[in-house]
Amino acid sequence: MPGHCVPPHLAASRQKAAGLLLVFAALVVFPFFAGDYLVDVAFFFGIYVLLGLSLNIVLGEVGLYDLGHAGFYAIGAYTTAVLNTRFGIPVLVLLPVSALAAGLFAFLVTSPIIHLRGDYLCIVTIGMGEIVRLALINNPLGLTGGPNGVYGIDSPTLGFLRLDSSAGSYALIWVVVGLAVFALFRLQRSRIGRAWNCIREDEIAAQATGINVRAYKLLAFVLGAALAGVAGNLYAVKLMVVSPESFTFWESCLMFSIVLIGGMGSVPGVIIGAAAISLFPEIFRSFASYRLVVFGVVMILMMMFRPGGVWPRRRGGTESRDLLLRLGRPRG
Amino acid sequence: MTAAARKDAEIVLETVRLTKAFGGLTAVDALDLRVHRGEISSLIGPNGAGKTTVFNVVTGIYRPERGSVFFQGENITGRKPHRIVERGIARTFQNIRLFPNLTCLENVMAGRHARMRSGLAGALFHPRTQVVEERETRRAAEERLAQVGLGESRNELARNIAYGRQRMLEIARALATSPRLIVLDEPSSGLNPRETEDLMVFIRKIIRDERLTILLIEHDMNVVMGISDWVTVTDGGRKIAEGHPRQIYHDPRVIEAYLGGGT
Repeated sequence: MPGHCVPPHLAASRQKAAGLLLVFAALVVFPFFAGDYLVDVAFFFGIYVLLGLSLNIVLGEVGLYDLGHAGFYAIGAYTTAVLNTRFGIPVLVLLPVSALAAGLFAFLVTSPIIHLRGDYLCIVTIGMGEIVRLALINNPLGLTGGPNGVYGIDSPTLGFLRLDSSAGSYALIWVVVGLAVFALFRLQRSRIGRAWNCIREDEIAAQATGINVRAYKLLAFVLGAALAGVAGNLYAVKLMVVSPESFTFWESCLMFSIVLIGGMGSVPGVIIGAAAISLFPEIFRSFASYRLVVFGVVMILMMMFRPGGVWPRRRGGTESRDLLLRLGRPRG
Repeated sequence: MTAAARKDAEIVLETVRLTKAFGGLTAVDALDLRVHRGEISSLIGPNGAGKTTVFNVVTGIYRPERGSVFFQGENITGRKPHRIVERGIARTFQNIRLFPNLTCLENVMAGRHARMRSGLAGALFHPRTQVVEERETRRAAEERLAQVGLGESRNELARNIAYGRQRMLEIARALATSPRLIVLDEPSSGLNPRETEDLMVFIRKIIRDERLTILLIEHDMNVVMGISDWVTVTDGGRKIAEGHPRQIYHDPRVIEAYLGGGT
């Protein structure tokens, strides 16, 4: 078909489809060319993408300041670690279990605080994240191993295939990232995503248009925590050990930065933000002691010159909506 | 609407001895208000007369200390705002409250929220029902936008359109909820005379075409006298007079409330 016959919005979505295909191909061939070190770096990049996406649901879509997200991440990781080492349940089976555990935990702890706004919610979530970490250190019921954590977690197995190589865990996490991205794109363009954004924009107006603000905020927390729980599972399985020091307030801050750097409510933004957070320290490893200074300066400059993030979500006109509809079942 | 017709029409909204206080200040004091089906009813009064508070209680944003609100015969006192929207009351705000970073189309689609059903599974798996619902919602929202003259602006962010158009967008969003009663808080404030005139024409048109009932707070006496079927005057949270616009216009109590007593 000659190019000039294609209407502009179709051409744009074709370009996007081609771009997406290219990214996909690059992800597939990457482990065949890169060494184990780079593949591991790509794994942790994937973890931060998942964590960024999970916080993005709460912070980016609904505008709820959650600075305790590492707590949910920890619940997922420890659920996997404890259930696998105690009961020998396969870690892949524990993937949804960890999501459920983190989601349920979020439901219980955020139900009483969900009406809080802005900075008040922020402070309470900081407390929540710290309580989780301190509880893990105190070794409740002898389950969490205190400061040493839990070790000896199995590798995932798919039938006879054991995914214990760097490439195996790389493949696993990027498949999960792919599914999460797809699901979040669909959520964004649904009744639920609209309701979330309305709450972020103006809570009173959202109520007055018939949105059950409390229910949708809780849903965001539960889904965000569940996705963080998934990341926790994959993290625990990769390291084969979990300990409280992996789930500090600093970790919550990094997730917050990912969403702010990329642009609130933007999936591509989260990926860019996660790249900045996870790849940046690797690239600047040689001047280790200065990298936090550079990081701080970059954050300040960002907030001054590009407060909306690197890649904010664009609305209206040609959106990736068309593209995703095309990828899904074709419909009239 | 004639006086006789009004007497016969069903009461859509009724407040019975409604009282709302903030600390020591009684903003609404034992207010009895009746709105009949198919009329344009205005609530007027000097600044601080508690008009907006009445609206906030009726739409569920505030819970009253005493008294009740009945809508189409049902007691809706103290219900959550989203439940009240589901029952069929929509509102606009005195200082326009849109979703500024959403497009005009998304703003109006949000108004359909209470009339939609699909949830998480629908969003993720796109079953036929969800796809149809989403398409219908989009179409209905586009019609609403066209109706208020914003069809061309559908993909513009709400914060980027002119003030007068934002006001119309807010009304379109309220209409999108398929209300039986629409509550407008000073719809003409900030509009120029031309826009105000257009708004009055529009309000008259929707009330005729869609069998709506309208309750409005208004400061512009030309608007009040021009479109109201019934006027209720409040001062200090109390009802001081009610009647047809012409009666109200000459009522000495009303003149006193607005201009201050001569004594």
